[in-house]
Amino acid sequence: MDLGLLAQYLMNGAMLGMMYALVALGFTLFFGVLDVIQFAHGDVVTAGAFGGLAAWAVLTHLGVGSPLLLLAAVVLAAGLSMAALGALLGRTLVLPLKSAPSLNVLLVTLMAGTALRECIRLFYPNGSQPQRFPPLLTTAAWTLGDFTLRLDNLLMLATGALLVAGTHLLVNHTRLGLAIRAVAQDEETARTMGIDFDRVVLLTFALGSALAAFAGVMNGLYYNEVNFGSGLLLGVIGFSAAVIGGLGNLYGAIVGGFVFAALQTIGAAALPFASAYKDVFAFGVVILLMAVRPTGLIGEQVSERV
Amino acid sequence: MSQRIRAASRLAVLAAAWVLAAPAWAKDLVKIAYVGPLTGGNSAIGLGGRNSADLAVKLRNADPKARYRYELVVLDDECKPDTGVQVATKAAADKAVVAGVTHYCSVVAMATTETYHRFGFPAVVWGAVLPDITYGHDFKEIHRVNGTMINQNETAAKFMLAQGYRKWAIIHDTTDYGKGHNKYFSQYVKAGGGQIAATFGVTADQQDFTAELTQIKVHNPEVIYFGGLTPIGVRIRAQMDKLGIAAQFEGTSGIVSDDFIRGLGPLAEGVVAFREGADAEKLPGGRFFLQKYAEQKYAQGPEAYGPFAFAAASLLMDVVEKVGPDRRKVNAELGKVKDRDSIIGKITFDDHGQNTVAAISKYVVQDGKWVPWEDSEYATGKRKLKGR
Repeated sequence: MDLGLLAQYLMNGAMLGMMYALVALGFTLFFGVLDVIQFAHGDVVTAGAFGGLAAWAVLTHLGVGSPLLLLAAVVLAAGLSMAALGALLGRTLVLPLKSAPSLNVLLVTLMAGTALRECIRLFYPNGSQPQRFPPLLTTAAWTLGDFTLRLDNLLMLATGALLVAGTHLLVNHTRLGLAIRAVAQDEETARTMGIDFDRVVLLTFALGSALAAFAGVMNGLYYNEVNFGSGLLLGVIGFSAAVIGGLGNLYGAIVGGFVFAALQTIGAAALPFASAYKDVFAFGVVILLMAVRPTGLIGEQVSERV
Repeated sequence: MSQRIRAASRLAVLAAAWVLAAPAWAKDLVKIAYVGPLTGGNSAIGLGGRNSADLAVKLRNADPKARYRYELVVLDDECKPDTGVQVATKAAADKAVVAGVTHYCSVVAMATTETYHRFGFPAVVWGAVLPDITYGHDFKEIHRVNGTMINQNETAAKFMLAQGYRKWAIIHDTTDYGKGHNKYFSQYVKAGGGQIAATFGVTADQQDFTAELTQIKVHNPEVIYFGGLTPIGVRIRAQMDKLGIAAQFEGTSGIVSDDFIRGLGPLAEGVVAFREGADAEKLPGGRFFLQKYAEQKYAQGPEAYGPFAFAAASLLMDVVEKVGPDRRKVNAELGKVKDRDSIIGKITFDDHGQNTVAAISKYVVQDGKWVPWEDSEYATGKRKLKGR
């Protein structure tokens, strides 16, 4: 395999990995603070992309032409609306079921995700069809043999990395992060130390959902297309990534996201059988990994959750 | 005297009312089912088909010579086999429904043949192109007015070879529809001296095609052939651009929809695709159909397969007019259909219920529209396909 081709596969995998990691971060944050699995998360990703798309449609309708302004509006609209939606889901569906079996939360959020998906399909104009997502970033590209390096991909990767680093800083070096970690470790003690438990949980939900919204916008900018149903698989993949990394561990989510993307890319590129089985291959390896390391790849080294 | 006149005039009025009202209550109601995808990714074509079948029914009901009054029972198969079987059973189990204009999606049309056969329910397929829908069994209930993907791919392969293309890469979805297209297209390309450098089966809801396209890039094909429907067709074409692949994009009847162009914007320019039948404008009864369709002011256009749904519904009503609303007789009569005029041209069913007179049209996207190849600037040489 020549170098250009290898570089292309690495780039494809890196883009996928970054999107998966951002989704997985949400799963791991939610699990960290409340020990719950918020299964509507994948559809929050899609809703974020559609929220951004709607903002774009409204602004272009009003005559705003500056790509930079549009991009900022798309990202802000997606991030803020999904932060609000995430907090709302946390407030109305997850917190009230805090003392119920965690299976209930999983089911309730799974249903909420389905409802969200159907809402996009029914209420977004022509929502059942794939929607064109505008190319708001530069289309500059360099061709090096078989490798096409696009500047927009680099920008998205860099922004994704900044967001991941920002999340890391927030959790490990701020008062809010301290509160999140405290809640994750022991709810009772955290409460007695004067931490507003509900507020911390809702902020965590808002944070995870805003990250998902960015993943959604990134998804739209990368493929120039979004569709109402994409959240389902993205949710399952994000969840798997969080689990193979070690659910509740921030670094695990990132590692898991990139591992899953690598598995898919290998499945499609390097295996002799048809690429239709790349997901079968990737999920098969996930099952194996879970059998070998039930607590995730780096779940055991780092005992502290979140 | 005046009393007698009054009585006589009263009688006359009654008689006149009886004569005028007679057709309205003398006609029996006959129900015909329409089944297609009304929601989901292929709903545009399904709704266009529904409107067209509805138009056929409205025109027939407005015809004073019609023996029956017709009602269209509209059902949504969602382009999913399981839903398709449910609604097919619903229609076929209802004795009041005589026959059906059925299915656009091949997977669904395939899954429901058994159901229609079991109930002896005459079905006329209006859009699905998989050959096995008519040729995969000996059921007398299944008919089809549109051509199959065998005809479509023969034309497609010959046309593209004539443009000078020799090297293809194929992506197809792994449903019966996609696999069938791959099979027949490969067969005709190879027979014509072309080369298939690589073939990829992909799932019908796949989002990321960069890995497949990167591999295709290595083979450097002149054309990427896609056997599948609009949603992933949009994704593949968009991602080709992302990876800097300059090959010509060629699709099947599954992408000839306005949504394909809406989903891609300027990137759709120059995409070629093939479809059974001819453009509504060019069909023998096309102008008549389009004019009547416009008069009804439907919210959606007839789309690619509307004329076929119209022709299927009209054919069923013709047959019911002749033999009455009896499923067995309708089946027998459909088996005899030969050289029958319709808006899509002559209809002749072979012993498998397949219309054998199926023209294939070639399309290219020009300025955001599917344009018949012959009318396009690509045919005149003013614009050029990729690599020509």
